[in-house]
Amino acid sequence: MKQTMYEKIWEAHLVRASADEVPILYIDTHLVHEVTSPQAFEGLRLNNRKVRRPDLTFATMDHNVPTTDRSLPITDLIAAKQMETLAQNCAEFDIPLYDIDSPEQGIVHVIGPELGITQPGTTIVCGDSHTSTHGALGALAFGIGTSEIEHVLATQCLLQQKSETFEIRIDGTLPYGVTAKDIILSIIGHIGIDGGNGAVVEYTGTAIRALNIEERMTVCNMSIEAGARAGMIAPDDATYQYIAGRRFAPKDEDFDAAIERWKQLPTDDGATYDRTLQLDAADIAPQVTWGTNPGMVTDVTSRVPDPADMTTTDEKRATEHALEYMDLQPGTPITDIPVDRVFIGSCTNSRISDLRAAAEVAKGRKVAENVSAMVVPGSQAVKRQAEAEGLDKVFREAGFEWREAGCSMCLGMNPDTLMPGQRCASTSNRNFEGRQGKGGRTHLVSPQMAAATAVTGHFVDIRKFQ
Amino acid sequence: MEAFKEHVGLVVPLDRINVDTDQIIPKQFLKRIERTGFGEFLFNDWRYLENGDPNPEFVLNHPRYAGASILIAGVNFGCGSSREHAPWALQQYGFKAILAPSFADIFRNNCYKNGILPIALPADVIASLSQAAHDTEGYQLMIDLEAQSVICSDGTAHTFDIGDFEKYCLLNGLDEIGWTLQYEADIAAFENR
Repeated sequence: MKQTMYEKIWEAHLVRASADEVPILYIDTHLVHEVTSPQAFEGLRLNNRKVRRPDLTFATMDHNVPTTDRSLPITDLIAAKQMETLAQNCAEFDIPLYDIDSPEQGIVHVIGPELGITQPGTTIVCGDSHTSTHGALGALAFGIGTSEIEHVLATQCLLQQKSETFEIRIDGTLPYGVTAKDIILSIIGHIGIDGGNGAVVEYTGTAIRALNIEERMTVCNMSIEAGARAGMIAPDDATYQYIAGRRFAPKDEDFDAAIERWKQLPTDDGATYDRTLQLDAADIAPQVTWGTNPGMVTDVTSRVPDPADMTTTDEKRATEHALEYMDLQPGTPITDIPVDRVFIGSCTNSRISDLRAAAEVAKGRKVAENVSAMVVPGSQAVKRQAEAEGLDKVFREAGFEWREAGCSMCLGMNPDTLMPGQRCASTSNRNFEGRQGKGGRTHLVSPQMAAATAVTGHFVDIRKFQ
Repeated sequence: MEAFKEHVGLVVPLDRINVDTDQIIPKQFLKRIERTGFGEFLFNDWRYLENGDPNPEFVLNHPRYAGASILIAGVNFGCGSSREHAPWALQQYGFKAILAPSFADIFRNNCYKNGILPIALPADVIASLSQAAHDTEGYQLMIDLEAQSVICSDGTAHTFDIGDFEKYCLLNGLDEIGWTLQYEADIAAFENR
């Protein structure tokens, strides 16, 4: 029987599967952060339950942490209480924690791969929808709610129904200036923000194969923005090279044995998917969102759409709402839209290759007068690497703020937020109403596009940027 | 978990598609470490004005919908973040069921774990029920989970799909962790493989 990679990983993790029962799926790795876990730990205590496998559980603080000077006390007392609660829970249940002062602290989806925790063929869950990021290394990784966090803590398993399989194939060569972020935004633009509902997406094709591992993470990260349960990319030599030598990676002959196992993972020739979509990389242009969800996206060379052009009443009304919220007029060229803020960061685009790409654009230039721009590395390790390469200097000299690691203004749970009415070019993953601050207006773009927007003060086509 | 068998309640129509969990419960309320106290912040940014007063234009604030326990919305309700605070807020506000043409996966799962019934019905059925809720003050629906049916006051019934296990859990208010733990020997055997 020819199988897809998802089907192979799924079958290898079934603890129980009989026709008349909901399958029980074993979870290899459980990542935990401060925001969605406190009620799960409380549930364990109320029911007198233990954490079954603290050795397969890893915790960090990312959503709430301030990105300013870490030697200063945390001014948000409710956030501080949530972080303190995570520390207490990890101590009580013996779970390793990379806390705010740890040199390994960072966004959970950045540090997982960085520490070698994320490995091909494994099942990974976390109380965060962007857990799909880890699929870039050939893992089955998906977000869960707090009740399911409690379930995994207590049993190391989940009750799960099998998803459909969805192949999204991108062949060809990406044009200059077009990035992994543009690939995934373009996909979401094609299939819509519910186009992946009920499915696990596998990204295939020569354009995907040509991406480095960090770029693959950007693609898989936003699978959830198309509604997909998970996104994944088959491991290859680039994957093995990325993992080699990382702290939790297998060592020596164990690593060689692991590679032999991982080589069995890719989808069999001739296996079929429930759904398929093919796109040509050459057709993809730099993307900019204009509305209030990631499916409301267009080419940078295009214009703000007209609600009158929408096919259904629901879409027309949603477009009207979005344009009103975003304070945009139909027909406005995207490159005429000015911004107040620029945010480079988030689990989508805060890794070293993202910062290098943004720094290359920022180098020797200045942030436009009316724009305030910040760079928030995804982890302390990314921050150290960037500083070793002098990227912090490049950003600072250009007028960007250089911050400590965390989720920051992707969701604005910490003090990094937009003011009402402010417009932001952001490398994050969601442009929902109020996401970056109540009344704030978010446009999603790649790191290169964000940096170019910062220095010009409005969106620009990075392909023509001089 | 509270069991769900049958429910009769007032219906409120929310004429929006792709309602994301950031709208259902904005992030500033996710810092709580308790599982309760989210109902008053449901749809916070739509429901309240800048000065904190209720926004009279938002449908939940219309007096005729006070006490509504069944929400009707557009496609892909609950997309975005995995925050279970979203179903907590809906439930603590008083909603027992959400009717929509489709739901986002994680949100739907999270509803089942909290005794809220997400019911997917064809778009034309949702549109007609929504219209009825607009047109008729005090419009109620009955939901019979055993029969998998949404029943209108004139007796018209619309059947809906639900997984056998989800149905069983809701009908019995089942503790799913307890369910899995009865197979502890299987889990241990898997780990020792």
